[in-house]
Amino acid sequence: MQFIEEFPALLAATFFDILPIAVIIFGFQFLIIRKRVKNLKKVLVGMVYVLIGITFFLLGLEQALFPVGRSMAEQLTNPEFLQSVRVTVGELHWQDYYWVYIFAFAVGAGTTIAEPALIAVAIKANEVSGGAIGVLGLRVAVAMGVAFGLALGSYRIVIGAPMHYFIIAGYVIVVIQTFFSPKLIVPLAYDSGGVTTSTVTVPLVAALGLGLAETVPGRSPLIDGFGLIAFASLCPIISVMAYAQLSEFKDARAMKKQLKEEYYVNKSRAKQNRRD
Amino acid sequence: MKHTLNLFVSSLLGSLRDLLPIILVISFFQIIVLQQMPENLIQTFIGLFFVVLGLTFFIFGLEQGLFPIGESMAHAFASKGSLFWLLAFAFALGFGTTIAEPALIAVADEASEVAAEAGHIELSEQAMENYADGLRLTVALSVGFAIALGVLRILLNWSIQYIIMIGYVIVIVMTWFAPDEIIGIAYDSGGVTTSTITVPLVTALGIGLASAISGRNPMLDGFGLIAFASLFPIIFVLGYGMIF
Repeated sequence: MQFIEEFPALLAATFFDILPIAVIIFGFQFLIIRKRVKNLKKVLVGMVYVLIGITFFLLGLEQALFPVGRSMAEQLTNPEFLQSVRVTVGELHWQDYYWVYIFAFAVGAGTTIAEPALIAVAIKANEVSGGAIGVLGLRVAVAMGVAFGLALGSYRIVIGAPMHYFIIAGYVIVVIQTFFSPKLIVPLAYDSGGVTTSTVTVPLVAALGLGLAETVPGRSPLIDGFGLIAFASLCPIISVMAYAQLSEFKDARAMKKQLKEEYYVNKSRAKQNRRD
Repeated sequence: MKHTLNLFVSSLLGSLRDLLPIILVISFFQIIVLQQMPENLIQTFIGLFFVVLGLTFFIFGLEQGLFPIGESMAHAFASKGSLFWLLAFAFALGFGTTIAEPALIAVADEASEVAAEAGHIELSEQAMENYADGLRLTVALSVGFAIALGVLRILLNWSIQYIIMIGYVIVIVMTWFAPDEIIGIAYDSGGVTTSTITVPLVTALGIGLASAISGRNPMLDGFGLIAFASLFPIIFVLGYGMIF
């Protein structure tokens, strides 16, 4: 019962991690704002919940998500497994790792679509934009971005290319898109990069990257193992702007079509009038 | 009491629903593709149960305690309050939420393990802890700085894309000079910082400010704080890698 032995120490450690937020909030509340806190008892109880929650979460992470993520990455990159599913002949090529890419894609999409922070931001964006930005549309756009980013990131680890080339290329795409996107979407798109990588995604994805870097021959965990999260935060910026551009394009086309129809209607009406 | 219990059960179900897609993905790969069961299946299930329970308590506690007080403070500062205290609050909020971020703690620990195995730091508990703490402190400082700058941007009506682009240029330039080992960690730390604790608090602050100041569009000016909070850690951690 390793869990129970570890719990008190972890609880104490988490307490000291939470302390800064409590000090900041109450410090500002009492010294600067100088108003009484509404429902002080409820707030304090809530903070105790946060403390217990983080402790359980970290404990579960160490016991479940990290080991499973790492063991799956090891199994999916295991030479024996790869030999059994390979599509090329001779040495292993990057194509033979296709299950890794599919796994990365599925993990990215699966964790992002349900991400609470993303849902919160999507609801706010829907509210603030007066309904122009759909909650589900934004969530799907971001999830696709993360999924694609993780697949691309695993491909990078397999081929061993330096990550900053990919990131710099991504930055260039973001900058170009910024000029052509509807202006209102830009801050939201930039934000969605940071929102995606949640408490659940990060540990799983970090384990996948490190596992991949440990098993693919010639990769160093320190240089190649990190970086997946960076891809998962960059690609949603691109996909959200693309989503906005696409819906703008669709709107513009619908508008054009409508104008055209009106034009012909007016024309035929004018003809009719002339004839009359 | 009954109301609280109902809330707790519904957020437990919410956490379970949030974790369901990922459990499905893992099961699919284990059963269909790899065709083997993970080792220590019982331990994994207990661990997963702890994750669900932990997330539930965490989100429940946020909604009970942190959100109401965070939102009321954002509004109190937005409607009055001096510039200095507003910026100080923004900095403190970014710093305080990041230092306690579970995802960051997890990644900093992994990074310190990897750094120790690679021989960059001593392979002792103390050295690894120092390294992980240093990394967390760096990221937390950078997020505090980013949120304060983002608030200043809302107040002064700067255009977000130019600041982000300048940030990108700094990142690219620093990448050339930073040691290779830190680059991946630095780029990752941008995404790690902003999750369940930070995002709703910071979004509430931005939108609250943008709606309180006349002449600001909440859609254009209210968002963007998180973008800053994901960019600045990259710069600060690259700097951390160059110094240590």
